[in-house]
Amino acid sequence: MANVSEPLKSLHTNPARWLVVAVPYLWLLLFFAAPFLIIFKISLSDTAIAMPPYTPLFQGFGALGDFVSNLDFENYLFLTDDPLYINAYLSSLRIAVISTFLLLLIGYPMALAMARAPTSLRPTLVMLVILPFWTSFLIRVYAWIGILKPDGLLTLFLQTIGIMGPDDQVQIFRTDYAVFIGIVYSYLPFMVLPLYSALEKMDNTLLEAASDLGCPPWKAFWKITFPLSLPGVIAGSMICFIPITGEFVIPDLLGGADTLMIGKTLWTEFFGNRDWPLASAVAVILLLALVIPIVIFQNQQKKVA
Amino acid sequence: MAKSLGPVKRKFSPWTDPSAVPFIRFENITKRFGTFTAVDNLTLDIYEREFFSLLGPSGCGKTTLMRMLAGFEEPTEGRILLQGKDISGVPPYRRPTNMMFQSYALFPHMTVEKNIAFGLEQDNLPKGEIAARVEEMLKLVKLEPFAKRRPNQLSGGQRQRVALARSLAKRPKVLLLDEPLGALDKKLREETQFELMDLQTKLGLTFLIVTHDQEEAMTVSDRIAVMDKGLIMQVATPAEIYEAPNSRYVADFIGDINILEGTVAATESALGAPGTVRIDCEGMAVAVEQECQAVAGDKVAFAIRPEKVRISPDQPADPSANAVYGEVWDIGYLGDFSVFLVRMADGRIVRAAQANVSRLVDRPITFGDMVWLTWPLDAGLVLTR
Amino acid sequence: MKSPKFDATILTLGFAFLYIPIVILVVYSFNASRLVTVWGGFSLQWYRTMWSNAGLMDAAWVTARVGVISATTGTVLGTLAALSLVRFQKFPGRMLFSGMIYAPLVMPEVITGLSMLLLFVAMGIDRGFWTVIIAHTTFTMCYVAIVVQSRLLTFDRSLEEAALDLGCPPVKTFFKITLPLIFPAVIAGWMLAFTLSLDDLVIASFNTGPGATTLPIKIYSQVRLGVTPEINAICTILIGLVTIGVIIASIGTKRAEIRRIRDEHVAARGTT
Repeated sequence: MANVSEPLKSLHTNPARWLVVAVPYLWLLLFFAAPFLIIFKISLSDTAIAMPPYTPLFQGFGALGDFVSNLDFENYLFLTDDPLYINAYLSSLRIAVISTFLLLLIGYPMALAMARAPTSLRPTLVMLVILPFWTSFLIRVYAWIGILKPDGLLTLFLQTIGIMGPDDQVQIFRTDYAVFIGIVYSYLPFMVLPLYSALEKMDNTLLEAASDLGCPPWKAFWKITFPLSLPGVIAGSMICFIPITGEFVIPDLLGGADTLMIGKTLWTEFFGNRDWPLASAVAVILLLALVIPIVIFQNQQKKVA
Repeated sequence: MAKSLGPVKRKFSPWTDPSAVPFIRFENITKRFGTFTAVDNLTLDIYEREFFSLLGPSGCGKTTLMRMLAGFEEPTEGRILLQGKDISGVPPYRRPTNMMFQSYALFPHMTVEKNIAFGLEQDNLPKGEIAARVEEMLKLVKLEPFAKRRPNQLSGGQRQRVALARSLAKRPKVLLLDEPLGALDKKLREETQFELMDLQTKLGLTFLIVTHDQEEAMTVSDRIAVMDKGLIMQVATPAEIYEAPNSRYVADFIGDINILEGTVAATESALGAPGTVRIDCEGMAVAVEQECQAVAGDKVAFAIRPEKVRISPDQPADPSANAVYGEVWDIGYLGDFSVFLVRMADGRIVRAAQANVSRLVDRPITFGDMVWLTWPLDAGLVLTR
Repeated sequence: MKSPKFDATILTLGFAFLYIPIVILVVYSFNASRLVTVWGGFSLQWYRTMWSNAGLMDAAWVTARVGVISATTGTVLGTLAALSLVRFQKFPGRMLFSGMIYAPLVMPEVITGLSMLLLFVAMGIDRGFWTVIIAHTTFTMCYVAIVVQSRLLTFDRSLEEAALDLGCPPVKTFFKITLPLIFPAVIAGWMLAFTLSLDDLVIASFNTGPGATTLPIKIYSQVRLGVTPEINAICTILIGLVTIGVIIASIGTKRAEIRRIRDEHVAARGTT
């Protein structure tokens, strides 16, 4: 019996099994891990040599010595000198924190309501949450432009029901408010689903036990339901917080000129100013800022798996 | 062992005392879920300090009945009185009952200590009192070394005891136990049954237990209510349930029994008075000495427990005793008992159980032997329902 | 204790929030008027304009090809990655490997896009169609890995052991037993990979080159200029395609489910 299952567990008995691991492993090393080393290197190089048209970076290992002697922290110094970048970082973090909080505030009641719905209804509800995610992100953000524009549908709606005078307009488009709306809208499924799966797994008899022991429902929520859903809260928050911090499309399409987000800055440096090293330095620092949340996220995922 | 069982209960039978006031009263309770009737116009009294069992197969309504007492379900019709007071509409968290859940429902994010303290904290008791009570409970269930552990760091038996301690901590007027031992293995289950009885006597509480395990119900209970399809079939002490079941259903549900359908041939006494009832079981004449409501011609069943049937190769000397002749068809060796399946000429099977009093492996009776089965007049029963 | 009314209200509001913008978008793609706030009657003119826009159609064709190729390679690699994670508890660098599977799920796209671009430049590879495919394969394979992994974790290993016991060699066992049983998850992974590829703007923008403009890049460049009903039309078509895909998939699983229940019924009757 043990001999039968053994070959499946061990890599050593059959070298062909190495391929199963090796192919995806090497692919990710080459196309996911290696680029980070390169981005790190470029962030330390001069604008002149790294700008296109541009000499390939790999000139054999002999070039390694040159590389070390040419280390140049100019880009990083520039980042710290110019308040624009610092402000963009802080603003990104602020927007990400606030949005994540808003997402929790809206997503938690939704997830809870889904988890408490009749069992027969739940798959449909999950489907309804997932479905918008299958339609393009860009399209969904774009849809909000038509709604939030000063002469858009929200203004029309508010004018029609009489909350607004015929000459007033909603001044949300191209402000941070529009960015919050766009982010909450786009990321809501990512927040609801981990929360739902944590809440749905919860044993209802625990709440009955709490009630039986004299705990009224609202108190039972804070003593039992919420603490037990914490893994879902953390997973959902990280899944939202990390990409929001580097978000580009939403602040670009819905935000105003004064909406500072680091993803937008990076994009501008790269596509607008063609300053690749500076863009790389921005990316490296963004990455460093996200290391801790990413590690938290990974630990959470490992526990689930 | 006997010493740890605590004070022996003597002559505890408030249900026979017409002046006794029931502690819990289910009054014409009906519970419907949609079109399904889980409990059907049921009335039941339970007395203070009683260890009461609701026994029945799954889906018979026993759990629903208990959940209505705990407050998780409201009766569709009827009312529940606790110490004479109607408790309808009182939410579970304000009822003086506590429940031990089948799944134990221990809070996984709290330590054993915190779990036990949970109910006490809801009453806003002073910290010192909570600590003292938790300690007392831990001692009671012998879990002092495990106070700081989480439920998932405990064995099944330990979890069961934490659940018990948690539900007892508030000193409820009634402790409800939903299949409390279902998840334990046989040996641990038997031990725990005695511990439960011991605790109940010591604390002087009223226990209501739901179970589908008839042995468990027989062991622990003062009285048992056998339920089927939302109805109570019989409420009686374990001995009465076993020796004097009131229906084919109860007779068949509890223990092993031979049931033979038949017709009353003659009753040799006035209606309702003790006397001999003669039954014709499709050609087999049986006499039973019993108080019986049946009259000649009624369809009834004759029932007899296998251990009350004697098996012998010889024809009985007393011609008035019940006796049937047949072939040993199969033998089930159970260690303490052997069960003989005896096939009569018409193909019907009657089971007889015999205690294996000697260590002899070679039995005097074996497959294919022709044997006589005999039993006295008062060994069997006439079942009219 | 439960408050169904409160729950229903929350769900209604939540789903309204999720769906109203999409519904508005679809409705206004049939608007004869160019203005968002004015309903000028039903019209298909924007679909005609879209159809005759060669640039848009080219981009759609590129996107479809990128999607199919990268989803397929991503599914193969992702399935292998899932097998590695679930079946091999120990191998050198397993921590790094699982890290590389989970990280792309949350990594801001600007970082993934930029870093991959720099790799291609460093390797002297011209950017274009194939670099987009490589980039998409890399991030979609991680999603596939997660989807397949969750199925493998609940997989009954004794089925494989039974096959091995009956004399089926391991590789054959994988194709005869394991793969057919995890296939629904593999298909779901492919569909997810395909939509993600279809959807991606940022990573494609960094890694694309001349002649490989994808639909999101095209849409984005037009959207920056303002809302046009033509974009509404193409968005509606994309939404329609995805909806049809999802409906077909769910009908497929529902049918399989019904068949299974019916078979069980027949089987139960056969034995009693």
